[in-house]
Amino acid sequence: MTDVLEVRNLHTRIDSASGVVHPLDGIDLTLKAGETFAIVGESGSGKSMTALSIMRLLPEPGWIERGEVNLDGHNILTLPEYRMRDVRGARIGMIFQEPATSLNPVLTCGEQIVEVLERHKIEEGPAARRRATEWLKRVGIPDPERRMDEYPFQLSGGMKQRVMIAVALAAEPQVLIADEPTTALDVTIQAQILDLLKSLQKERGMAMLLITHDLAVVAQMAHRVALMYAGEIVKIGPRDAFFAQPLHPYALKLFASLPGAGKRGEPLASIKGFVPPLHGQFTGCRFADRCDYAYDRCRKQAPAWHGPDPQHQARCHLLDPREEWRLAELLRREDDKVPEAADFAAPADAGDLLEVRDLKVHFPIRKGLLKKVVGQVKAVDGVSLSIRQGRTLALVGESGCGKTTAGKALLQLVPVTGGTVRFGGNEVLGLKGAELKRMRSRMQLVFQDPFGSLNPRMRVGEIIAEGMASFGIGANAQARNDRVAELLGQVGLAVESRYKYPHEFSGGQRQRIAIARALAANPQLIVCDEPTSALDVSVQAQILNLLKDLQKTLGVSFLFITHNIGVVEYLAHDVAVMYLGRIVESGTAEEVLNRPRHPYTQALLAAVPRLNTESKLPPLTSEVKEHLAADIPSPANPPAGCHFHTRCPLAVEACKAAYPAEVAVSATHKVRCIMVQPE
Amino acid sequence: MNFSPVLLITDVLLWLLVFAVVGYVWYVRRHEHLLVPWLKVRQNPVAMICATVLVAYAAIGLADSLHFRTASGAPGRSQTGVEVRSVLDVLLGAALGPMAGKSEKTYSAPLAIYSFAKETVEKPGGGQAREFPRLTVGGAHLKNPGDRDGDIAWRGALGLAKGLVLFAVLNGALALWVGRKGGGPALAARAMWRGTTPAPWRPILVTLLLICLMACPAVALGSHYHLFGTDKVGQDVLTISLKSIRTGLVIGTLTTMVMLPFAVLLGLAAGYFRGWVDDVIVYLYTSLSSIPSVLLIAAAVLIVQVSIDNHQDLFPTTLQRADMRLLALCVILGATGWTGLCRLLRGEALKLRELDYIQAAQAFGVARLRILTRHMLPNVMHLVTINAVMDFSGMVLAEAVLSYVGVGVDPTTNSFGGMINAARFEMSRDPLVWWLLAAAFFFMLGLVLAANLFADAVQEAFDPRRVVRRARPRIFQRGPVGGMTEAAEDPRAPGGRPA
Repeated sequence: MTDVLEVRNLHTRIDSASGVVHPLDGIDLTLKAGETFAIVGESGSGKSMTALSIMRLLPEPGWIERGEVNLDGHNILTLPEYRMRDVRGARIGMIFQEPATSLNPVLTCGEQIVEVLERHKIEEGPAARRRATEWLKRVGIPDPERRMDEYPFQLSGGMKQRVMIAVALAAEPQVLIADEPTTALDVTIQAQILDLLKSLQKERGMAMLLITHDLAVVAQMAHRVALMYAGEIVKIGPRDAFFAQPLHPYALKLFASLPGAGKRGEPLASIKGFVPPLHGQFTGCRFADRCDYAYDRCRKQAPAWHGPDPQHQARCHLLDPREEWRLAELLRREDDKVPEAADFAAPADAGDLLEVRDLKVHFPIRKGLLKKVVGQVKAVDGVSLSIRQGRTLALVGESGCGKTTAGKALLQLVPVTGGTVRFGGNEVLGLKGAELKRMRSRMQLVFQDPFGSLNPRMRVGEIIAEGMASFGIGANAQARNDRVAELLGQVGLAVESRYKYPHEFSGGQRQRIAIARALAANPQLIVCDEPTSALDVSVQAQILNLLKDLQKTLGVSFLFITHNIGVVEYLAHDVAVMYLGRIVESGTAEEVLNRPRHPYTQALLAAVPRLNTESKLPPLTSEVKEHLAADIPSPANPPAGCHFHTRCPLAVEACKAAYPAEVAVSATHKVRCIMVQPE
Repeated sequence: MNFSPVLLITDVLLWLLVFAVVGYVWYVRRHEHLLVPWLKVRQNPVAMICATVLVAYAAIGLADSLHFRTASGAPGRSQTGVEVRSVLDVLLGAALGPMAGKSEKTYSAPLAIYSFAKETVEKPGGGQAREFPRLTVGGAHLKNPGDRDGDIAWRGALGLAKGLVLFAVLNGALALWVGRKGGGPALAARAMWRGTTPAPWRPILVTLLLICLMACPAVALGSHYHLFGTDKVGQDVLTISLKSIRTGLVIGTLTTMVMLPFAVLLGLAAGYFRGWVDDVIVYLYTSLSSIPSVLLIAAAVLIVQVSIDNHQDLFPTTLQRADMRLLALCVILGATGWTGLCRLLRGEALKLRELDYIQAAQAFGVARLRILTRHMLPNVMHLVTINAVMDFSGMVLAEAVLSYVGVGVDPTTNSFGGMINAARFEMSRDPLVWWLLAAAFFFMLGLVLAANLFADAVQEAFDPRRVVRRARPRIFQRGPVGGMTEAAEDPRAPGGRPA
């Protein structure tokens, strides 16, 4: 294989209010034809900057200080801008993260592909249109003739990403840069897009630079992997070796902080401290301040590359052959550590805390001058579930299935259409005024986006105390003040934080503040709406550990709304799977995750990319994938009968007749599918 | 001679506003998140130049907003002997002497000593002749008319010298103030001129210098000539222009103050409550903005004018009546001008109400009013600030347009619009009477341009999407390309090239 793209000693700088930032400090990598090279790293590590530097599409205050980007042996950094435009698209293609915004909404899909073909003088006129249609077909879009003239808003997210791939590949570039190509997509769609990228790459023999934060996607896709930290590559190696031997302490921690079934009961590894600010020069190892194994040399000298073989190396002094004795010593000490006892026995059954029956949230669709109701979006359509004292129920489903709406409906933050919600034995739906307030003090909410959930104009102390004042908790301001200090301690923040504003905190710290705010009301149930999906894995690990500790010490129950199966496996006692506003399968975590019966649950679990083959489930067959590729139906107009029959590999005629009744597989395990027989 | 203060309503409101601004500054200094964008404004040299100019205008306007009554002569004389004057009048009287106020018969050109129109005069030796008579006060000190150019040059140069002295005094005072926290005035003055202070003092000082160099010669010349000529009834145009500043400021600020409650309250309520509240408010502002605004304002002004005329007894002096009409104009402009900002705030509130922290507050059972005031309002204040500053100049211009149409302020109130309107009739004359329009244009341009540029700077500072950009046109790179000089002990790239 030949080197297509070679990046040598790339240094990128960005002007900012606080001085010049060095997001890339000496990046070296090579891409061979037909190879997938993955760059993984947490946010701020510089992985997207690498892609933008290669494409020379840096944001305005940024520039490349020095380095080379050789494409077929020619340095494209010295090209004038007008010649660079011939490189972009024609020789290096790029796919972005968000399919919704990377296509121009006022151009048809066909026009966007034709534009690329005509710009790079590959085809023109009707021939270009033919070629574009061909491309749509190649990226797996059904009925490409019709889709050519459709606008992006008429396509689903997965379809849009397929069109984006067609646009990026239309001019047949030698290199494809995929920057988080599946992060915004659901797992079932992600699996399809990853397969598509893989097959296109094989077919065309192009090199692919895959940039992602998701180690599992890397494990599935990449031939070689580079791990970035604070603007440099700290570890590089072929995929299997990369995951088999962490080599670098950072990689070791990162792997250990991934939640999963195997780690149930143990606390997840977390990395202390923060990514250092990237201003100016580092004298030692960039990871030294956060490393458990750092010693004096780490702070004085930047580590060189060491490793078992030339292909698999890491920047760490411990790998230096001269330091072997130290490594051996460390390993011996690690072995001596007694692993913390697994403590995941579910608490004694104290009865149901929350009992939801047939909860419905319908949003009316209004049209015309008089706003006549012409239809209903059935966001939540008859959900029943129960949460027990001190336990965690995970509500799992793809985006748009209504799981967030269901969570908000429990607190009556959205108008509820019907059903009953009994909390501690009392009906809470329809409560008003003071009683509603009392109910809300016992149920609280933690939101997904830690940047949107805190008022930027209020101090942290005020944010936490506001709920207490509203509920009349604490006798006076002094008592509430003391409680704020106590809560901040409980979530692991310094007491002084109360005088600061939210923008002074990182994402993980903000999520801690949000948790402290929820705890301020002494709730018995906290609805956590994707509380970690906006966070990096190492930070996610800290938050998951915190939630688990809180459950242990305070006995609070969680309704955990998420699409991250790894988190569910790690944290949940019970699981309910939701599809188009209804629960299709529910049961204990063990039952649902290990012996899923509903075809949707099976597909969902099998589509999750995994680091290792710990899953007992068979991978998805191509036939199943084809079925799943169908668009998710709209909740305004759900299919008759079983909602899933349009995408179900097992669907028969009877599925279209009526919505299946609940089948109890065991006392706790319930499935809604006519193909499932009670045992 | 007795003396008693007169409180005009607009005076009171204007001074309340000044105190509100001082209070806001005091509040901002204690809240870091509010202070940060204003510090950015402070670092912008253009903004500080504009602020200096605006402060100069505000000083003139505020001096003209302290009114008092002097009754000359014996008590018990009729009302006509009572004269209401402002501090600015007194200052102008002191600086310009007999030039301030009505002194000539009719038009005279800037710095002229002869009238603009021929008159029939009695010859000393009997008989009549038509000639350009000498002005009553403009250049009256000159015995020999031929000395005019030399006298003007001499007084101008003297004025410039006085300007330099005044500036030196001001500079020294500022240096004392900046250097009060250590360093001393000498060091502070050096730092100010070298640009090493946090605020860009050098452009401020240059602006101050220019203002001094304009003001002092203006006073030196204006005390013996009509610097900007006189108008149709022989009033000094410089005096009219300076007195017009107050009208512009009142309209610009009070209108905004009238407008803001409408826009903020209705906009937030519409966006937050949705439903029928939203429908009502949206219908209200769409109907309002579909009526031609000039017609609406004209109708309202005429109605108010009639009712003022019918209640003469409420206003003891013409000044108070004119003031009431000015206030009415502000209220009318404000009541019809809130739709734009309201629409903007409604959109922002619609976005904010869906944000998680608003929902979190709802989940905490926080009262609606508190959510509106504590959570929504602070998060739209940046929009309100930007809009208020930008609207200011728009309102000054609106006054000019309305006075031109004839529905603006009272004819006895000096205003830029009135000046332009008066100049309109003379634009077709030959030789042209250009100085009225030129003076209005010069003073209004200074005010509006400064306000606009300042608004731009405020908007830039409050816009979170702006990134710091340095004036370094570095498209790509300089220096050695691909130099391999990194500090690592072993620069070879791992796995880079297979052996």
